[in-house]
Amino acid sequence: MTLYYSFLNYNLLNPASISWAGWFNYQYFYTDPAFFDAIWNTLALVLGVLAITVIGGIAIALLIDKPIFGQGIVRILIISPFFVMPPVAALIWKNMIMHPSYGVFADISRALGLQPVDWFAQYPLTSIIIIVAWQWLPFATLILLTALQSLDGEQMEAAEMDGAGAVSRFIHLTLPHMARAITVVVLIQTIFLLGIYAEILVTTNGGPGNASTNLTYLIYRAARLNFDIGGAAAGGIIAVILANIVAFFLMRAVGKNLD
Amino acid sequence: MGRITLEAVTKRFGDVEVIPPLNLDINDGEFVVFVGPSGCGKSTLLRLIAGLEDTSGGRILIDGKDATDTPPAKRGLAMVFQSYALYPHMSVRKNIAFPMRMAGVPQDEQDRRITSAAKALNLTDYLDRKPGQLSGGQRQRVAIGRAIVREPAAFLFDEPLSNLDAALRVGMRLEISELHNRLKTTMIYVTHDQVEAMTMADKIVVLRAGHIEQVGSPMELYRAPKNLFVAGFIGSPRMNLIDGAAAAEYGAHTIGIRPEHIAVSPDHGKWRGRVGVSEHLGSDTFFYVEDTGLADTITVRAGGNIDLHHGDTVFLTPDDAQMHRFDATGARVA
Ligand SMILES: Nc1ncnc2c1ncn2[C@@H]1O[C@H](COP(=O)(O)OP(=O)(O)OP(=O)(O)O)[C@@H](O)[C@H]1O
Ligand SMILES: [Mg+2]
Repeated sequence: MTLYYSFLNYNLLNPASISWAGWFNYQYFYTDPAFFDAIWNTLALVLGVLAITVIGGIAIALLIDKPIFGQGIVRILIISPFFVMPPVAALIWKNMIMHPSYGVFADISRALGLQPVDWFAQYPLTSIIIIVAWQWLPFATLILLTALQSLDGEQMEAAEMDGAGAVSRFIHLTLPHMARAITVVVLIQTIFLLGIYAEILVTTNGGPGNASTNLTYLIYRAARLNFDIGGAAAGGIIAVILANIVAFFLMRAVGKNLD
Repeated sequence: MGRITLEAVTKRFGDVEVIPPLNLDINDGEFVVFVGPSGCGKSTLLRLIAGLEDTSGGRILIDGKDATDTPPAKRGLAMVFQSYALYPHMSVRKNIAFPMRMAGVPQDEQDRRITSAAKALNLTDYLDRKPGQLSGGQRQRVAIGRAIVREPAAFLFDEPLSNLDAALRVGMRLEISELHNRLKTTMIYVTHDQVEAMTMADKIVVLRAGHIEQVGSPMELYRAPKNLFVAGFIGSPRMNLIDGAAAAEYGAHTIGIRPEHIAVSPDHGKWRGRVGVSEHLGSDTFFYVEDTGLADTITVRAGGNIDLHHGDTVFLTPDDAQMHRFDATGARVA
């Protein structure tokens, strides 16, 4: 169906004049300067969030794996962002944390005597990466913590006796032990991150310009704002193909960890 | 060199004193076995020596130098764990190489030591496998290989054979003894299997609730157990312990006589009883004699071809020269 629509000239503002468009929609998408921006932004968004959540998740998991006072509460606090709906989370960040006049960041900047940063205007993509990473960090932490807790204590002790310091133990034992969990986190998150759009909608609307438009949002914009069903369908097909390519390389790269 | 001395070493977990002040001397090249019932602190003591647990008091000397606060890696000791603790994502070769890699041993020296350890332990064909693809016995050998290549001052073993089946256990027991004969390195070996203790040790340390009950060669412990606990723990089947009038006759509160030191006869003897269960092992037969009025059952060892059946009346005569006598506190009376 989508495939069929993608070859049509079909605009909801003018539904009477449906005609065969051939490859025009694809060509249109392909030549749209926003398209390449969107691909680039999608990649930056996915990779940025993955990097932050995996590295941050490992760090937090290492911290809360140690028995500390109030461990249960700390764990619940860390998990809680995951239960917040994406648009709500984005709104909280937009209006309470990153807002240039009432945001927490702005307050901190002012307290330090600095000029508050207008996050969404100046660093739109970075802001979105931060918001999305905040949402996914608990998921990553949880999975990685589980992996960490299944690490055999005697192995660590053996390595300690074998002369491996804390860093060597982390590199040679902890990381390989967690490889599988990291793979799972990367794969699952990639699937969801390719489709991020609510956060963009409620914060930057893809702007300024196309600075924070990713593929999903571009398709959404084509369909909803321009009422161009044919163009949106073509974008959707392209997105699916791209997602498959990414997934393929991802599986190739990390799949060997899942044997 | 691997001389280890414990001076008043103490270990507490919170308020619980698991090891009260304990003194022990382990000489260079000795094969020392720690035995004792479960929970008596064998593993804890070994881990204190290894440095994996901090002492709550006292000193640990290795070759005369105070090592109490030395980190585990610097003590020059190698440990073989009950779970083998192999690194699952590394090949056998990498596992064995790991301690040398950490110590920065040159590559050609690493290869040389790996080759010789693999040959000694029959691992040559498995060097490129992962631990998950090995049998229990092979994994155990890899763990030993990883310990050997470090050329440690002493080996520490914590129940290394308890995950193996009986036949393999006997084989590995011999291999470890042979390794000790070849390397002449100090070995400290924890087990609760008194057969392992008897067959492997130069010196047995019997522990109970963190206390050393007796230290001595296997035959010393067998011939002259210092108290009832050691008497009951060393020897298989257990020594017969008899209280009351029969003991008073020997001027003791309790007497002990081993199954192999009781003569069996169908018609005459000192004690009279009835044959209960008998176990025929081929070379030996063990009878569990009931209704003697001395103890619940008296275990007796007889030759393989004695003809006695369940319910038969039997007469037992202890060999008085082999009688162990204990006073009311359980200590041996000379
Ligand atoms: N980390 C710990 N915290 C608190 N108590 C401990 C700890 N480790 C051991 N213990 C206690 O110390 C005592 C001795 O334990 P240990 O493991 O040394 O016994 P063991 O002789 O090795 O027994 P087994 O033959 O069952 O292995 C036990 O009562 C145990 O409960
Ligand atoms: Mg133990």
